[in-house]
Amino acid sequence: MGSRGSHAARIPDGDSIRRETGFSQASLLRLYHRFRALDRNKKGYLSRMDLQQIGALAVNPLGCGVGNLRVDFPGFVRVLAHFRPVDDEDPGMRDPKEPEPLNSRMNKLRFAFQLYDLDRDGKISRHEMLQVLRLMVGVQVTEEQLESIADRTVQEADEDGDGAVSFLEFAKSLEKMDIEQKMSIRILK
Amino acid sequence: MGLRRLVLFSPGNWWLLLVALKCSEASPDLNESTNSSAQQEPNAWFAAASSEADEKIPVFALDYDYVQIPYEVTLWILLASLAKIGFHLYHRLPGLMPESCLLIIVGALVGAIIFGTDHKSPPVMDSSIYFLYLLPPIVLEGGYFMPTRPFFENIGSILWWAGLGALINAFGIGLSLYLICQIKAFGLSDVNLLQNLLFGSLISAVDPVAVLAVFEEAHVNEPLYMMIFGEALLNDGISVVLYNILIAFTKMHKFEDIEPVDILAGCARFIIVGVGGVFFGVIFGFISAFITRFTQNISAIEPLIVFMFSYLSYLAAETLYLSGILAITACAVTMKKYYFMKMLSSVSETLIFIFMGVSTIGKNHEWNWAFICFTLVFCQIWRAISVFALFYVSNQFRTFPFSIKDQCIIFYSGVRGAGSFSLAFLLPLSLFPRKKMFVTATLVVIYFTVFIQGITIGPLVRYLDVKKTNKKESINEELHIRLMDHLKAGIEDVCGQWSHYQVRDKFKKFDHRYLRKILIRKNQPKSSIVSLYKKLEMKQAIEMVETGILSSTAFSVPQQAQRIHGTKRLSPEDVESMRDILTHNMYQVRQRTLSYNKYNLRPQTSEKQAKEILIRRQNTLRESMRKGHSLPWGKPAGTKNIRYLSFPYGHPQPARRDPRAAGFTGNDSSDSELPSIMFKAHSRTGTLQERRLTHEIIPMKSLPSGGKPCHVRYPRHTSQEEHVGPGRREALRPKPLFHAVDEEFESGEESEEESSASGSRWSAEPRPSRQHHRSHSPLLQRK
Repeated sequence: MGSRGSHAARIPDGDSIRRETGFSQASLLRLYHRFRALDRNKKGYLSRMDLQQIGALAVNPLGCGVGNLRVDFPGFVRVLAHFRPVDDEDPGMRDPKEPEPLNSRMNKLRFAFQLYDLDRDGKISRHEMLQVLRLMVGVQVTEEQLESIADRTVQEADEDGDGAVSFLEFAKSLEKMDIEQKMSIRILK
Repeated sequence: MGLRRLVLFSPGNWWLLLVALKCSEASPDLNESTNSSAQQEPNAWFAAASSEADEKIPVFALDYDYVQIPYEVTLWILLASLAKIGFHLYHRLPGLMPESCLLIIVGALVGAIIFGTDHKSPPVMDSSIYFLYLLPPIVLEGGYFMPTRPFFENIGSILWWAGLGALINAFGIGLSLYLICQIKAFGLSDVNLLQNLLFGSLISAVDPVAVLAVFEEAHVNEPLYMMIFGEALLNDGISVVLYNILIAFTKMHKFEDIEPVDILAGCARFIIVGVGGVFFGVIFGFISAFITRFTQNISAIEPLIVFMFSYLSYLAAETLYLSGILAITACAVTMKKYYFMKMLSSVSETLIFIFMGVSTIGKNHEWNWAFICFTLVFCQIWRAISVFALFYVSNQFRTFPFSIKDQCIIFYSGVRGAGSFSLAFLLPLSLFPRKKMFVTATLVVIYFTVFIQGITIGPLVRYLDVKKTNKKESINEELHIRLMDHLKAGIEDVCGQWSHYQVRDKFKKFDHRYLRKILIRKNQPKSSIVSLYKKLEMKQAIEMVETGILSSTAFSVPQQAQRIHGTKRLSPEDVESMRDILTHNMYQVRQRTLSYNKYNLRPQTSEKQAKEILIRRQNTLRESMRKGHSLPWGKPAGTKNIRYLSFPYGHPQPARRDPRAAGFTGNDSSDSELPSIMFKAHSRTGTLQERRLTHEIIPMKSLPSGGKPCHVRYPRHTSQEEHVGPGRREALRPKPLFHAVDEEFESGEESEEESSASGSRWSAEPRPSRQHHRSHSPLLQRK
């Protein structure tokens, strides 16, 4: 048990990360270990190589998407914080002045939105939708089919008729979906 | 696949002969002695015939007696295998009912045939045959195909549930039946407490592996799967131990005055038997693993050694009256897996079911309504009690508790199987005057659970899961849902799995430092992705990628603008068809549960899917490298399909050097579950070609992309071995795909064979490989 305490102290900025993301001390420690385990050369950040070693990620159609960005530990934790299960506290009790916790429904949606919105202009264009579609679908679907599906997808969600899906439209199209459950990983509690 | 199984029968046949010969020698326990008299007849007939034809040599003679036993046994097994083939050919069946249904039907059929023709000497099973020959393969196979990591993560709950559950069930059912027997009206008063307890112990031996196949279709979550699997694994062992202890009790005391001391002794014995068995198994497993390290040149011997050691562990444990089953389970867990095992266990199981079928159709029943009905009822009741009570307790300690739905599923999967039947069949008649009743009751319970529960559990699971989402979803939702599933799966993989982290840490450290070095041999067979590339020749792969995926360049903006106006023309049928296209063609999310169990070995679709994804990625990687992009995602318009999605990480901080060199270098990355792609154990031939293929990709990385520091690691480091080690070591892991990815993408990773070479070889390699690379790029450019 004593060793645990000393471990916790070794996480740089541990306290501030914890406050920002809401992870428990134990979870943060585990994430730290995981980060260090993934970071094979002890560079202090994760590169695409490191993530690609996780075999199952290689066959994940979304790709591991890190590219050459370097992910340091706070960044790592921040991303994973999106996937914490939603706390079942009474929303009224939360201090409204504090920023929304990273694992709120809106923030989870925002995270997913960013996967589509590659150029970060705040909208999912048809082209971007098409790209995502292409990733997710087997090779036997023809390009025309994909295009029309992408068309339709954008059309369904697009309400103001600008041919692209903004974040609010995106959120609206998914309002019936149980995002909290879909985008939560139990072990991150 | 079935054919292959048939082909492998020849070694099995000899083993069968052994069994069958013992069969014929064994004194028939339950079957009538008319056999022997009937047997005399044809002998006499032959004798008469031969005495007549003494002077002449018979040109054409028939000697059925000689081959009868092995002949028939072989025929039955053949019949069962054909039935299995047929069963699996019709794809939906395995998801509907457990395979044991089929086997039982075949067994009953055979039994009917035998009974109908009033055949002489139907097969007889006695306890030595069962325990020495039939049971070990089944248990062994269960242990081999155990997914190690999830098992050990859930091991607390599994032990708690399997151990205590079996005990509670056994004693509960036994006691309640005893109470029933006390009621004079049922005419059961001669069945005493011990007999009831024994019956309880054997009837509580669940065989839920049968339902695992059904679970596969319904995608139950991993912990649930593991609980059932663990229960199946340990349950046999525990019931047999209990059974033996109680039999010993019965033999000791003809009357019911058992002192508390004896009971305590019994409990102590239970623990010793269990733990001792496991201990034995682990030791034998290690020895066997150690030896197989040296058998790389004589790979034909390997399965034999493995099997012999497991069997030896079983026998050794039995010698000391320790639990052979648990020994063999533990042994299997500590060793690597072999396909050979499945064959043997299938044969075993088939035989047992045939025995069961034979005794069903026969005159050996004693039907007592009260006993049988109450047995059924109590089985269900006690299982329910044990499930809910035990899980309530264990949920307090688990990081992620089991829901009520999960518990219902576990309760309902209490399907009895061949184990209970065998134990019932082997009850010594001398101690159990009412043995026939027990056997009948056991048969009824088995039939009921296997057929009724087995068939309905599939729909039940689906119903429980799918209850909420019956409404039609829009295309949007479908796409997004699938994307989120993939995303979640990806993040889960990034996280890895953890629980009881500390203990596992330490074990892994120990494992790596000492065990791996000793037990795993240096040169492992090539991994799966390399064989994947072998399978599709490079050119073919490129073609496929180009025609399938790259056929469209990115859309230019004016095209886009045109499209917007034309979007209103989609009709409902179009929408429907689109939705269909989507649902049928979207990639499946990686399964976390491993979809092999006793009954099927490889899922085909995920393999194909993984191929496509990998090829695609490979292609984009190559492209991005060719263009010299340092940032693989550029502006979408006007460039080729760059597929990387940006991960919305926060501000990239300057690299911080972590001075502490701590323990694991990549061990935990092996924790992630893989798509259950199983490639056969490959030959080590063609390594040169493979190396070429893999290294073709690697130097692309080393093409300078801007000023990015190359991650090429020249010096070999021990983590390489460790890194690959986990991939091999997991008792269940099928040629891990991820190791393959390493070879593909990891610029510094050398394949296993390379690691034995010196580091200077690395510099020699990029040169020839680059030529390959250049030879391929013209192909692409041509397009």
